Amino acid sequence: MTLLDVRGLSASYGKVQALFDCSFSVGDGEFVALLGANGAGKTTMLRALSGIARSSGTISFDGQRLDARPPEERLRLGIAHVPQGRGTFAEFTVDENLSLGAITLSDAAQVRRDKERWYQTFPRLRERRNRLAGNLSGGEQQMLAVARALMSRPKLLMCDEPSLGLAPAITAEIFEIFKDLHKRHRMTLLVVEQNADLTLQFADTAFVIETGHIVATSPAHEMLHNQDIQKSYLGV
Amino acid sequence: MSLFFQLVVSGLASGAIYAALAIALVLIFRATSIVNFGQGEMATFSAYCTWQMINWGVPVWLSLLICLAASFIVGIIVFRSFIQPLIGAPIEAMVVVTLGLFVLFQAVTMWIWGADQRAFPSIFPDGGIAIGGVQVRISALGTLLALAIAALSIGLVFRFTRLGLSMRASAYDRTKSMLVGIKVQRMLMLGWGLAAVIGMIAAVLIAPRLLLSPTMMTPILFYGLAAATLGGWDSPFGAVVGGLLVGVAESLGGSYLPMVGAELRIVVPIALTLIILLVKPVGLFGSYKVTKL
Repeated sequence: MTLLDVRGLSASYGKVQALFDCSFSVGDGEFVALLGANGAGKTTMLRALSGIARSSGTISFDGQRLDARPPEERLRLGIAHVPQGRGTFAEFTVDENLSLGAITLSDAAQVRRDKERWYQTFPRLRERRNRLAGNLSGGEQQMLAVARALMSRPKLLMCDEPSLGLAPAITAEIFEIFKDLHKRHRMTLLVVEQNADLTLQFADTAFVIETGHIVATSPAHEMLHNQDIQKSYLGV
Repeated sequence: MSLFFQLVVSGLASGAIYAALAIALVLIFRATSIVNFGQGEMATFSAYCTWQMINWGVPVWLSLLICLAASFIVGIIVFRSFIQPLIGAPIEAMVVVTLGLFVLFQAVTMWIWGADQRAFPSIFPDGGIAIGGVQVRISALGTLLALAIAALSIGLVFRFTRLGLSMRASAYDRTKSMLVGIKVQRMLMLGWGLAAVIGMIAAVLIAPRLLLSPTMMTPILFYGLAAATLGGWDSPFGAVVGGLLVGVAESLGGSYLPMVGAELRIVVPIALTLIILLVKPVGLFGSYKVTKL
């Protein structure tokens, strides 16, 4: 079943067009990698999907049209976006950041249970729950950003360059968490990465985006071994 | 020594009012990065509405409640009609708009009620009590208590409620707040409403002492600006401390510095503002980046 369906999506920043007529779909429970070089339009794609960048074209999510809806409504419908550079609230505590993730939910008891659940998944966050997010290490901040996004109980978790600025061991830890969310919780994931090799090992499907166009789509394990794609687009 | 304490107490009472206005200024600055130069005049307008209702025979407490609610709505209307369309505009445009609010509210007040001074009833009983040889007026204690209640309730709402968390987050970072699903525009709007309410509290607390006039809050705005600058423009707690300090400095300066005296008291906040900007531009509790115009 298709969860997200994008048809003819274009987006621009001022006069510079960043996405051209992109179409793709993401199945329910699928782990999709969105790969591409710097400036290819990956971040713009996520921003267009979550509604913080203007776009034209149609976006259908879970049977509903999203393209005219503001970001907070898309979040309520189940799209969570972890922006590049974490996007945590640096001057708020870890616990407050998690509360902010669940700000659209009104059932306080449920929010507490969810917090408990994600503290179990990310024990390091529990230890630091009363610290300011800005004082955490890069890896902890990334975990916090993911946990915060999960607090909104999303159907689709979009993550922009989770490996950026992190040590390989921490990156691996974060991808293990993605894998766990994907396998055990049937979470649908859309992960933007420059680190293609790593991401392809975890993802089901991969899209390659170049100068605003989707130029390749294939199962992740095929792309992992496809020298042509790797050479042409991913600069490996 | 007794004179000194007397001056400190009366300084604190005035300071509470400066603090209230400073809180209003800071709330708006945090949320929308705008200094609302019209805050004082908006408050004067609210105080006049209250006076009008009391004059019509409505009980004082009911007039206050109705006008507090009305101030909230006026704050929201001002945001929706003048500020929201300009979000993202250059800072100079915002300054001109809030100066426009200053002129607008003063003119409307003068148009409706004229320029004559009116006596405004004190909500506190007359008289005073002696604490350790220092005579303290009940109205001074009441003013401090009102500030404490207002500041404390804002602090509690901000710290412990979902609404407060959303408002703080919206003030901190609009894009990130949108991403977590906060209706940012609505939060900014509420911020303007809340600021108008607190501004009105400042105005009705000072009106019995200064007499109601369309320009009543104009000098108070200077004190409020000084208090916010001293405390730091992004810290409501700083606004309270800044307000009280400015009040005490004014009271002591007016009596102990012969060249200042009662007539030149207004120099104190202006001089304070200048000194703070030279020495510690972010204020005592602020962390905001400095913008040069």
